[in-house]
Amino acid sequence: MFSPEINHSGNSLIQISNLSKSYSLQDANGKTITNQVLFNINLTINQGEFVAIMGHSGSGKSTLMNILGCLDIPTSGSYWLAGKNVATLSSNELARIRNQHIGFVFQGFNLLKRMSALDNVATPLLYAGISRTQSRRRALELLRRTGLENFAMHQPNQLSGGQQQRVAISRALINQPPLILADEPTGNLDSQTSNEIMLLFQQLNRDQGITIVLVTHEDDIAAYAGRLIRLKDGHIIVDKNNTN
Amino acid sequence: MNLLAIFGEALRALRQNRLRTGLTMLGMIIGVAAVVLMLSIGQGARTKINETIAAMGSNLFIVVPGATSSGGFSFGSGSVRTLTINDAYAIAELPSIKTTAPVVTGTAQLSYAAKNWSTIVTGTTANYFDVSNWKMEAGTTFTESEVRSAARVVVLGSVTAKNLLGDEDPIGKTIRITNRPFQVVGVLMAKGQSLTGRDQDDTVVIPITTSERQITGSQFPGSIRYMLVQGKSATEMDIAEIEIIQLLRQRHRIAQGKENDFTVRNLTAVADVATDAAKVMSIVLGAIASVSLLVGGIGIMNIMLVSVTERTREIGIRMAIGANQRAILTQFLLEAMMICIMGGLIGLLLGIGGAWLVSQFADMLIVITLGMVALAFLFASAVGIFFGFYPARKAASLKPVDALRYE
Ligand SMILES: Nc1ncnc2c1ncn2[C@@H]1O[C@H](COP(=O)(O)OP(=O)(O)O)[C@@H](O)[C@H]1O
Ligand SMILES: [Mg+2]
Repeated sequence: MFSPEINHSGNSLIQISNLSKSYSLQDANGKTITNQVLFNINLTINQGEFVAIMGHSGSGKSTLMNILGCLDIPTSGSYWLAGKNVATLSSNELARIRNQHIGFVFQGFNLLKRMSALDNVATPLLYAGISRTQSRRRALELLRRTGLENFAMHQPNQLSGGQQQRVAISRALINQPPLILADEPTGNLDSQTSNEIMLLFQQLNRDQGITIVLVTHEDDIAAYAGRLIRLKDGHIIVDKNNTN
Repeated sequence: MNLLAIFGEALRALRQNRLRTGLTMLGMIIGVAAVVLMLSIGQGARTKINETIAAMGSNLFIVVPGATSSGGFSFGSGSVRTLTINDAYAIAELPSIKTTAPVVTGTAQLSYAAKNWSTIVTGTTANYFDVSNWKMEAGTTFTESEVRSAARVVVLGSVTAKNLLGDEDPIGKTIRITNRPFQVVGVLMAKGQSLTGRDQDDTVVIPITTSERQITGSQFPGSIRYMLVQGKSATEMDIAEIEIIQLLRQRHRIAQGKENDFTVRNLTAVADVATDAAKVMSIVLGAIASVSLLVGGIGIMNIMLVSVTERTREIGIRMAIGANQRAILTQFLLEAMMICIMGGLIGLLLGIGGAWLVSQFADMLIVITLGMVALAFLFASAVGIFFGFYPARKAASLKPVDALRYE
């Protein structure tokens, strides 16, 4: 895990204060208009939590996730990740954090095309400077644990949606990150497969203590999480424990 | 970051799109092949000219009858007969001159057994062979006393010997020149083409006295077609030229202000011009070929830019799983360089093959040096880096979130 240089707030992994995000757009007359998507978000997530973020389409869920994942930067406000102020990090350090400390899972799987499941899972290790042979060995082990060892040499287009998402989750796990960010991971899957994927997340959270932040539209998916956050038009309107 | 792994990723990307990779490479292949071919042709021409010059003999002047404007350097306009054997002997006595060889020429019919052959007869003195740096393949040259006695002896050019006597040993054989019997005393080493493109080996050489009296004849006795004059040293060629001109004007009684009735050419100077021309030719050829290499490079940049746009999402995914800007930059740069280097290698082989074909079928001398190969290769890599860098930097500077959202 992180070596927190400045332990900003106890055992909190994520600490966001007064965070806003707006996009600048050009309208038809060439005038610049700003579209604010997130408004003064304050949010603390501790290590080991399982958080579901819900909200209507366009409420800013993905925008928030991208900022949490160091893929995007906020317009204002601060974001401390494991005791580090993300705003002060260089692009190389951000790449290292995405590689070592965060695992992404996307709605559209985002696997690399025409590359075997095995190599897809192994790729983050290459960017971590680990040799191809060792990367493949570790990737195969992980695929075995997610029940995909027979599909290791299949390319993404030869796999079902559920299998692709398992490959993507394996890829997210390969560097043993403390944090998994999943943006509508079950959005493209049927309910049976969705439940299997959610059980996998739940198991990772319980058994390995991995912090999971997950975006979903569906109540029964959100029900797997221990905490529920609801966004509306860029504001947090609900933040409560999930007790059912 | 693991360079070897990124190299593997680049190779994989190229293999995933074989057709595109191949077509892009084609530009490089043609460019490098053209450069190698053109350089080798240019170098071949220079080598050939240098060999011809080396075979020509050193410190040479050629003196021909007629003014520069009317007679020029061509041996064709032979109506002016102002130069004589005695002029040649007089020039030989000048302090800066080593020796002279007067030459008369004519065409004559040769025969041996049933074979006939028409060729140029060169009548000259015994030192001609030495002055023109012409070695013997077999036998000996004729001697000074044979020149004095107008003996019927002949030295054959290699082509003439072959055509007239086939595989027979010519030495000691008697051939007929305009029906008079001549004894073959020697055969000349092959010399190849002159700078003007004439085959110098299709000739026979006989004593100038014999030629004048019995073969070429002349209505102006003692007049010659030209003379070779050998200076004593390379550094005194200017003085020697002045001395020759002064002596000939005196002997020909040319009044002050009147034009010379002869022309003196410094063959070394002529050779320098030819060398320069060959140098210019190889530079021009190389430049033309480089343009195709440049076009190939632009093709690579074009394709790489398309590739970056097309693979924006892939770049976003790679960034999301931890690729830093340098990893992305390196991968795209490596892709461009691999296209160039592989294309360069294939082009090199094709260029060498093409040069070989040209040398076989066009009867041209082709020279390929290691330096040329290295140059083509370096050039190809440089093109790869130069034209690959911009697209690669474009890929690396994408923002992860924008790249991921790209449809
Ligand atoms: N790159 C962008 N440029 C401009 N507007 C954007 C951009 N990304 C998102 N938005 C806008 O921000 C709002 C929130 O988007 P998003 O976070 O994707 O919503 P959600 O994931 O909750 O459906 C939307 O109105 C969307 O149009
Ligand atoms: Mg979204």
